[in-house]
Amino acid sequence: MAKLTAEEIRFIREKAKQLRVDILKMITKASSGHTGGSLSIADIMALLYFREMNVDPADPHKVDRDRLVLSKGHGAPCLYAALAEKGFFPKEWLDHLRQEGAVLQGHPDMKHTPGVDMTTGSLGQGFSAACGMALAGKLNHASWRVYAILGDGELEEGQIWEAAMFAHHYQLENLTAFVDNNGLQIDGKITDVLSPEPIDEKFAAFGWHVIHADGHDVSALHDAIEEAKTVKGQPTVVVMKTVKGKGVPEVEGQVGWHGKAPTEEQCEHFLKEVEEAE
Amino acid sequence: MGKATRDAYGETLKELGAIYPDLVVLDADLSASTKTQDFAKVYPDRFFDCGIAEGNMMSVAAGLAAAGKIPFASTFAIFGAGRAYEQIRNSICYPKLNVKIALTHAGLTVGEDGATHQMLEDIALMRVLPNMTVIVPADAEETKAAVKWAASYQGPVYIRMGRAKCDDVTTENTPFIPGKATVLRKGYDITIIACGIMVGKALQAADILKGAGITARVINMSSIKPIDEDVIIKAASDTGAIVTAEEHQVQGGLGSAVAEVVVKHCSVPMAMIGVEDRFGESGKADDLLKAYGLTAAHIAETALQLYKRK
Repeated sequence: MAKLTAEEIRFIREKAKQLRVDILKMITKASSGHTGGSLSIADIMALLYFREMNVDPADPHKVDRDRLVLSKGHGAPCLYAALAEKGFFPKEWLDHLRQEGAVLQGHPDMKHTPGVDMTTGSLGQGFSAACGMALAGKLNHASWRVYAILGDGELEEGQIWEAAMFAHHYQLENLTAFVDNNGLQIDGKITDVLSPEPIDEKFAAFGWHVIHADGHDVSALHDAIEEAKTVKGQPTVVVMKTVKGKGVPEVEGQVGWHGKAPTEEQCEHFLKEVEEAE
Repeated sequence: MGKATRDAYGETLKELGAIYPDLVVLDADLSASTKTQDFAKVYPDRFFDCGIAEGNMMSVAAGLAAAGKIPFASTFAIFGAGRAYEQIRNSICYPKLNVKIALTHAGLTVGEDGATHQMLEDIALMRVLPNMTVIVPADAEETKAAVKWAASYQGPVYIRMGRAKCDDVTTENTPFIPGKATVLRKGYDITIIACGIMVGKALQAADILKGAGITARVINMSSIKPIDEDVIIKAASDTGAIVTAEEHQVQGGLGSAVAEVVVKHCSVPMAMIGVEDRFGESGKADDLLKAYGLTAAHIAETALQLYKRK
């Protein structure tokens, strides 16, 4: 398995930084959106769109593309930042997030947003849809892969485990799921609200190949993706240890920042922090 | 008495399997009852049992459709349109994905299994969803035509089928066109609009009314959404009164759908026959239909009373 070079790591980290900047700007402009859970997935999103996935902004529906399902659909600002940065649509669209008549909905809408592979927002459903896509890929003997990003709070949905059973039963080895294990949900710590832990043991018991990775270490995440490609007969889950709000010290690990937008003054300060971070 | 609509479903799926290589079938552990087993036997590689997990099945179907497949997802109407309602709404209808939701065992005629298994609210639930087409075939032949049409159409379709054998009221030459109702009996004194198994009973009711000197127009409204507004407006104008009959709650179903057209365009007196805001119970299908007033005699009696009022 080829490791990322130092230069590749630097490039992807720069992209992740750019996504964080765009996330903060768009949520601030909208005065609405999910700040914490968008920032926590910026590294995996940057890695997928700028290194791993075979996608073409000029042909968003090309049949042999890799697919991404953002099952935790409230992380939409991060997905939009990546798609805009990749060139699926103009960056100006980000300024109209969540506004009446605009393309970019509060949660991903595949019908109107170029590059969005699945409509999500109601937790649990995207993961099942990702299973359906992976099954279609297997039926077609296709080489494209399906990636799904799940929240850790989302694991409380029963449908997640229906899908986990399904993916194992139908041996969806072309499916790789990432759990954004930031430990927080709207009402508090996941372990206080309704603990889905131990996440790794649960997926293992459901027949999945389980990998642990630091969700902000793009090199480790790359290795996990490469390892998943070698697994036969079972799907892979990467349990990513993440920090909710990653990149902005005031937001990091704060429950209150799940669905809150920064003020303009806060945003200015946060952007400085993101840009000055190494 | 003809075949059950679910039997026709299984046979048609098998035929379509040869025509559409991308057609796949999903079921939730009820393939022997929904008859998707007929397809599974011939095309085991394109049949996926999802187990007793209906919510996952609907979203998996959405994913398959997003990747170019033509999934037919089947289970009992209660578990599909009921339990998996939100998956149908958010994963299928909102993104307008090409999923066919073909559910059986709708209505009281499930019989002995009782209220938990007798879906009486599905027409209401499915027809309020944007992007959805709602079809209630009247018999086996119409089921075949509707299923074939659904496979050829791009977008979500709900097909409601039953467990019990039902009267044949169409033939293999009767076209199925969404948004078009069929006038099965001419009449000028009153109109009976029915769907599903109640179409056969509406025709019998028309025979009874004929004995009383009343000619009843009988309309098979198998396409509930889109609904045939023209045929309703014409019936209201020609006959001046409309009775609806359905194996479903009177609220929200066919009767309501017809009434929505009537109040907008052609206000005439109406009566609605269906289940009156209550749950079903165990019993033989025919005994239940009698107990709940879903009979030709009750339709005829209701029509007669309405005729006197108009």
